[in-house]
Formats: sequence, C-alpha cells, structure tokens
Amino acid sequence: MEQKNSFRAGPDEKGRFGLYGGRFVAETLMPLILDLEAHYEAAQKDPAFAAQLEDLQTHYVGRPSPLYYAERLTEHFGGAKIYLKRDELNHTGSHKINNCLGQILLAKRMGKTRIIAETGAGQHGVAVATVAARFGLPCTVFMGATDIERQKPNVFRMKLLGADIRPVTSGAGTLKDAMNEALRDWVTHVEDTFYIIGTVAGPHPYPAMVRDFQSIIGRETKEQMLAREGRLPDTLIACIGGGSNAMGLFHPFLDDAEVNIIGVEAGGFGLDTPDHAASLAGGTPGVLHGNRTYLLQDDDGQIIEGHSISAGLDYPGIGPEHAYLRDTGRVTYVSATDKEALEAFQLITRLEGIIPALEPSHALAHVGKIAGDLPADHLLVMNMCGRGDKDVFAVAEHLNVEL
Amino acid sequence: MSAPAKPTEPKNPVTSRIDALFARLKAANEKAFVAFVTAGDPDLDISARILAGLPQAGADIIELGMPFTDPMADGPAIQAASQRALAAGQTLKGTLDMVRNFRADNDITPIVLMGYYNPIYTYGVDKFLSDAKAAGIDGLIIVDLPPEEDDELCLPAMAAGVNFIRLATPTTDEKRLPDVLNNTSGFVYYVSITGITGSAPPQQKAVADNIARLKKHTDLPICVGFGIRTPDQAAAMAAIADGVVVGSALVDVIGETAENRAQTVDKLLALASALAEGVKRT
Repeated sequence: MEQKNSFRAGPDEKGRFGLYGGRFVAETLMPLILDLEAHYEAAQKDPAFAAQLEDLQTHYVGRPSPLYYAERLTEHFGGAKIYLKRDELNHTGSHKINNCLGQILLAKRMGKTRIIAETGAGQHGVAVATVAARFGLPCTVFMGATDIERQKPNVFRMKLLGADIRPVTSGAGTLKDAMNEALRDWVTHVEDTFYIIGTVAGPHPYPAMVRDFQSIIGRETKEQMLAREGRLPDTLIACIGGGSNAMGLFHPFLDDAEVNIIGVEAGGFGLDTPDHAASLAGGTPGVLHGNRTYLLQDDDGQIIEGHSISAGLDYPGIGPEHAYLRDTGRVTYVSATDKEALEAFQLITRLEGIIPALEPSHALAHVGKIAGDLPADHLLVMNMCGRGDKDVFAVAEHLNVEL
Repeated sequence: MSAPAKPTEPKNPVTSRIDALFARLKAANEKAFVAFVTAGDPDLDISARILAGLPQAGADIIELGMPFTDPMADGPAIQAASQRALAAGQTLKGTLDMVRNFRADNDITPIVLMGYYNPIYTYGVDKFLSDAKAAGIDGLIIVDLPPEEDDELCLPAMAAGVNFIRLATPTTDEKRLPDVLNNTSGFVYYVSITGITGSAPPQQKAVADNIARLKKHTDLPICVGFGIRTPDQAAAMAAIADGVVVGSALVDVIGETAENRAQTVDKLLALASALAEGVKRT
C-alpha cells in the first residue's frame, strides 16, 4: 500500500506531478493520447501483458542485470562501497530496451502498424529498431543531423536493423529537434503510428509509463542489495538527460527516507557558461514537448539548445517527475562537466575493465567527488546505464587520438 | 465532462471585433479571409508594413504568429518564418508592440495571435492577457493547449475578454467535440487535415462533412485552415466554410524574396489580394 504523503503517488488524473507534467499537445493528438492512456491502464491490469514482458526481459534482454561490487573503484576512492547496476549488459547495450519492449507490446495491443521514435545518442533508436525488428513492424527514427555525425556506429546499427533514419536539420540538429520532428510525423500519421518516446518526458501518460517500464532497474537493485548486504543502499546515483534511467533506479526507493538519492545532470563546459544541459540547475519552469518541466530557455520563453559531450544528455528539458522531486527536495540534483565525465570514463575503463557510455560517466564523476569522504560501510549504487562502444570514436577525438 | 453546447444558444458571449466582423460578413453573405503571417518576419519593419497592408489587400482577420523556437505543429514554411523572426530579434513583447502600433490606424480588423504556450507562460499569463487586451488583440489560438488544459490560459482569457479560439481536427470525435467547443469563442478553427501546417491540400468533400458535423454542435463561424495555398483552393473551401485561413503560402513569399527584400511587401500583399478574391468569389 502507498503511504500517505508518498513521493510515489504521482501523477494525478491530469497527469501532473505537482505543478509539472500535463498534456500540452495539439488537438489532433489528444484523442490518441487518451486512447493510449486507456490501453496502458488495461495492460497494467492484464497478467498476460506482464507475463509476456517478463519473459522477454529474461530471455531476450538478459535481466536481471547484475549488481556488481566494484572492488577496485572502491579501493581507488577509499571510502564508500561502490556497486554498479549493470544495465549496460542488457541486449542493445543500455537501459533503453526496458522501456521499448513495454511500449512495443502496447503498440501491438493497440493494433498499430508503424513505429516512430526520436533519438539523441542513438541508444534509444537502436533499442526501438531492435524491438521493431523483433516484432516485425516498420520503424522510422528521427535523429538530429549533428547527432548522426557523432554517433555513426549507432546509426549503422539502426540501419542494419531495418530502421529508416530521418536526419533532422532544424535547430541545432540534436535531440530536441528530433523530438519536434517525431511529433510532426505523429500528428500526420495518427491512425496507424505508435510513438515510442525514449525518456520520462512528453505528454501524460508517457512520463509515468516510461518510468514504470524502467522501474525494473530499481526493483532489482532493491532485491539484490537486500540479498547481498541485508539492507537497503545508502546512496543512489544516476545520470540525467531526460531522466529515464535515473527514474527507473530511483522510483522504487523514493519512500525509503534513509536512502540518499542523487541525480547528475550534464554540466557541459560548466554551469557558469551557456554551454551545458543542466535543466534543473540552470533552467526555469516552462512548457515543451507536451509537458511542463524545467527548461533551458531565455527571458522570452525561447528554448536554448543544451550542450554536452554526451549526445544522450544534451536535451534542454527533463522529465516532469524529476522537476517535482527537485522542488520537494526528495532527490538532490548536481552536475558533472564534460571534462569530469571524460576523466571518469577513462578511470573506470582502466580500473574495472568496463567501458562505460559517456552518459553514466557523468554519474561516475560524481561518485568520485563524494565516495572518498564516505565511511567504508556506506553502500553506494551507481546506475551503469549504457556501454561505451558507441562513444569510442568520439572519445578518441576528445583525447586527440586518430583511429 | 460538460454538457454539449446547445446550437441555438451562443456560448461565451465575449463580444469582440471578431463577432462584429462575422455579423457584417453574414449580412453581406460573404466569407472571411484569414491571413497568417509571423510577427517580425523577416524583420520588424517589413513585418509592420505587411501587417498594415493586409486589410487593404482583403484580409478580414489577421492571424499573427508568435515566433517560437520549437513550433511542433508547423511545417517547414512557418518553422522558417519563426526562425527568421527570432534571428531578427522578435520577442513576445515586440509582437504586442507591433499590434499596438497597428491599432493606431486600424480599430476594425480583428487580430488573433497564434502560437505555442511557453512564451506566454514565461511572460506570465495575467500580465500577458492584460497587455494583449490593451494592445488591441482580439483572440488567441494556442496550438498546445487542448481543453484538458483550459485552466492554464483559456479560462483566464475568457475572463479578460479575449476570445480563445480552439482548433478542431479530423480526429476530434463526437465524444470530444462538446469539450472542444465549450469555452471556445470568436470562431472555430477547423484543421482540415491530420498533419502540420503547409501540408497537402484538403479534400473538399471530407472537410464539408466535418464542417456539417461541427455545425450540429455550434453556432460559431467555422474557418478552415492547413494546406490551402491558391485562390482556387481558397474559393473551394470558402464555398463550404465561413472563412478560410492561408498561412504557409503567404509566408513562403517572405522566404522566396530573401534576395530582394524591396519586393517582399508588394508580392505578399498581391498574393493576399488574389487569395481574398478567391474567398469572395463564392
């Protein structure tokens, strides 16, 4: 049973988490979104839906993902006992598949015959292209032209999987622009198309739905930590772009008051510069892409492009539930710069033999900032939400190495 | 949610320049030509001259786009218009100033602002409504505010005496229609296709059927927009609706005359005249 004053009670019937969330979409999409909500509610009550999803998670994705004690990293920082939730070991290499499987099963239930998606780093795009191939549905992925350039391996993977990649050149050609274009496609093909949104943002019910599909990360972590250490972790840390891996890890722990929860935004060149993607630290509340949340914007309400070394984090908004958790103080939000993430990337690669994606490298950078000051019995879990194969070319460039 | 509006009883009697216009047109058995341009496109000076010239060119209502960085319901033409205007420094305050200046010489032609909610939300809803009313703005069309979000701007706008004009679309089913028409005033904007602005032209028959469907629920005038580009298409839509909206085709003139800005105003107003002729042909 949910406790009174629960942090896990949202969203309300209007799709709000406090002030944030909602359904700020064009009328053409509104009937579709209400239909989606009804189908999602029905699916949640259907044991067959849960059983099919669980079967795929086990045998297709490889869940549960391990909770790994990072011994060398722990020794290196000389403080907290560091665990990594290894969602980078999932099929397709990130946590994104958790959500995509849930949504494509819903698309099939609704009788939709075409899938669209937006992608930034390409991790979500690859996961969507994967489930579309698995379920035999044609798939179109919108991707900023800038991102296509810096994420070539993922672009090719999506093409191999049969996806149609549409380069988006409007704006700065990154994730926000890809999302605009996906929404334009959706409004044009409402009858047959299902839009698989990749993060805990967009109009209700997406933020709640994506969170629910990702919460398997936190539920497993809870069980694994109890089995391993006999108690809950003391600190959870995850990186945040839109915030889906973080919400997935955090949500099952929100009402466990003793668990300290930290989200790490992309600090880019630094919060004192205009080039970062820290919507909570440097943004103000506004309305974009179907929901109210913190946005990077100017005084006139025009959206500012985020910047991050990581294409998966440079979104100028953040999931509305994170906005709510920030305002209530339940979750602490900090940031790590490009440079710090790049250093953390190299450190963990050498110490643990795990090449992380640049996104969780931000979370790791923050682990490095706090772990040394924590006692040895402090249990810290970091979400290793993606692997770094896609980033090796970009990292080589940043390190001035020619491949 | 709410009970359907009775066809005989006009809802939300915000009396405005829009109501007066449609009363005049009805008496003359004419249809309305609604011309869309983006405020500040390609710059403040040219945009102000276009605005001043549109009534003379035959525009009955001016729909003035508020530029936004992320116009999710707009096609390439109006996206480009927004980008030109923003690059030239247009702001929401600048748009309100433009209308105030226009009103110094014209107190008749209704002006409806069209755009997205975020710039208004950031400006502050109450301050925006009071400044918009004072500037002489008659109505608002806000793409990303469906009836589910009426508390945000629609209800405050009605209270402030500004028409809130709703978009009805081919996906607006019988169940939703009463909610969509409720709290709507001035006119109803029927989006002729499922898609973005500047798409392929709509099918007259399908639009006619949908207008007939809407008319069962409302006495408000119904204007049709999205995908209408030529005087002939405008004439075809005017035959079945109370008004016709053209946007992308007009805005394209601004894009096409980028190399010769001396021609922009005249060419745009010439197209507006031709479109107005199409609308009045019926």
